[in-house]
Amino acid sequence: MYKLLEHEADVGITASGKTWEEAFSEGAAAMLSIMAEPSKVAAKEEIRIQVNAGDKAALFVEFLNEILFIRDAKGLLLKKFDVTIKGNALAGKAFGEKLDQKKHGTKIEVKAATYAGLKAWEEKGVKHVQCVLDV
Amino acid sequence: MDIYEVKQYVWEVAPFGDMVVPGRIYADHAIMDSLKQDLSREWNALQQVINVASLPGIEKYSLAMSDVHPGYGFPIGGVGAFDTSSGLIMVGGIGFDVNCGVRVMRAGITKKDVLAKQKELAEALFHDIPAGLGSEGDLRLNENQIDEVLTRGAEYAIEKGYGTEDDLKHTEEDGCVDGALPEAVSHKAKERQFKQVGTLGSGNHYLEVQYVSDIYDEKAAKAFGLVKDEVLVSIHCGSRALGHQVGTDYLQTLEKAMKKYGIKVRERELVGAPFDSPEGREYFGAVNSAINAAFANRQVIAHLARKVFTRVFGTGEDDFTQLYDIGHNTAKLEEHGGKKLIVHRKGATRAFGPGSKEVPSDYRKIGQPVLIGGTMGTCSYILHGTETGMRETFGSSCHGAGRVMSREAAKRQWWGESLQQQLAKQGIVVLGHSKSGLAEEAPGAYKDVDQVVNVMHETDIARRVVKALPLVNIKG
Repeated sequence: MYKLLEHEADVGITASGKTWEEAFSEGAAAMLSIMAEPSKVAAKEEIRIQVNAGDKAALFVEFLNEILFIRDAKGLLLKKFDVTIKGNALAGKAFGEKLDQKKHGTKIEVKAATYAGLKAWEEKGVKHVQCVLDV
Repeated sequence: MDIYEVKQYVWEVAPFGDMVVPGRIYADHAIMDSLKQDLSREWNALQQVINVASLPGIEKYSLAMSDVHPGYGFPIGGVGAFDTSSGLIMVGGIGFDVNCGVRVMRAGITKKDVLAKQKELAEALFHDIPAGLGSEGDLRLNENQIDEVLTRGAEYAIEKGYGTEDDLKHTEEDGCVDGALPEAVSHKAKERQFKQVGTLGSGNHYLEVQYVSDIYDEKAAKAFGLVKDEVLVSIHCGSRALGHQVGTDYLQTLEKAMKKYGIKVRERELVGAPFDSPEGREYFGAVNSAINAAFANRQVIAHLARKVFTRVFGTGEDDFTQLYDIGHNTAKLEEHGGKKLIVHRKGATRAFGPGSKEVPSDYRKIGQPVLIGGTMGTCSYILHGTETGMRETFGSSCHGAGRVMSREAAKRQWWGESLQQQLAKQGIVVLGHSKSGLAEEAPGAYKDVDQVVNVMHETDIARRVVKALPLVNIKG
């Protein structure tokens, strides 16, 4: 589950799941929803994804920024993730499709995930992540 | 918290807690009231002014210009000058879109000429200027060529056929800052840029065709080569993915540096390193590289626009001349009051006063042109820098209207298509790559730019020269 949060200049996102993997994937889904129509993006091309950070919250930011790097360098919009998070390291596979402005109903470009409003926390067995995206 | 008006339109937050200097905000009562109301919200600009005022090495004030609104780390409209030996250099004070800025060109034709071919012009610009998510530029560069962009800036684009030497003379820093360190920019950042030089981007970035509607200062307008009804082209964009990746890469590097040097800040996005440290110097070298990438990017776009105008109106390339190009997301090493400072401007424009050696010689008597982007339904302004600004704000001014409404709220209130129709009725042709993106940029989502500029003018921080009204707006 994810939610977009009110922020005048940029966009805040918060996401949650039963596991960190699910919360992170939901966060990525939130970011995709800002950039394109998620239902129009197919999960047909596979790419490896791997990031590390000093803590869980920073790992979330690294994960989102790696997705943006793949978008620009490989031209892929990523939709589905099969990743494992161990401590503060994430590795696995991601699936998406070559970006096509018309087909994907592209909206606005996310420039970066930032440390603003950044949080990763656990409450009643549910994992939550939050940050502000620079758009 | 003690906030008081020190003089008309100038407010201060008296230091409390760990604040090193007062906060100083340029605002009228309406802008100030809205800042105070927002204090209860999780992300608010006043709190960000206070956070910046608490940073080590900050000089005089944590400043907010009249377009102030919440950012990440610094507020947008925020200015912070830091001592080069005890102060920091920070991602949150520069932004991810390093040297995002505005370039204004004089098209050498009048409003009447555009009105005769308005739709044709809009379609040609929309077709020829790469914009929107996933767009690719004309120039395809490899890593060595990107390194040249990073060290040479706009000059590299001109050498490749995009522009004239005269464009360079009217670009801040002549289109290239010293101190770029391409080796401090990651391979990933360079790879992201291979296809992005000469692209507009999206969000609040635009290319707008405008005309001079009002002249407030004849002498300054003459020096800037501006006459009533003359057509201008305003380009708002930045360093594209390379700049974004520089910010991203240095989040972790600088956070480690903060632990190493025992620096504590109030908000994690204020991550930074002492300016005078290996990490600070490396980040500054990467920022300077990204600054040059942005100059090159706007140079290519301006020349693409020049070609469209010559094709549509049958004018010569020499008729399309550059007024000025200036960034508003930067950290610059500058001298103020005899002291070298690292001046962060996050959504704030450098606004140097008359006589400054950094101002092109033909504008030097007047002061630097300050380019203020409004919204696609209202207007933009060109101001000039002043001596008061040099004394009070380290030669800085506002950069735009400043948002008052979140993007989500704007989308709930407006539809892209109906907004386009409404603007067409006002005589403005708007073409965008994203309908929801248009709605997010609705004029009503912004402060009243007249009010924002009035505060700068009345406080003598930057003075009005001309107002420009939109005719065509191309959105990413």
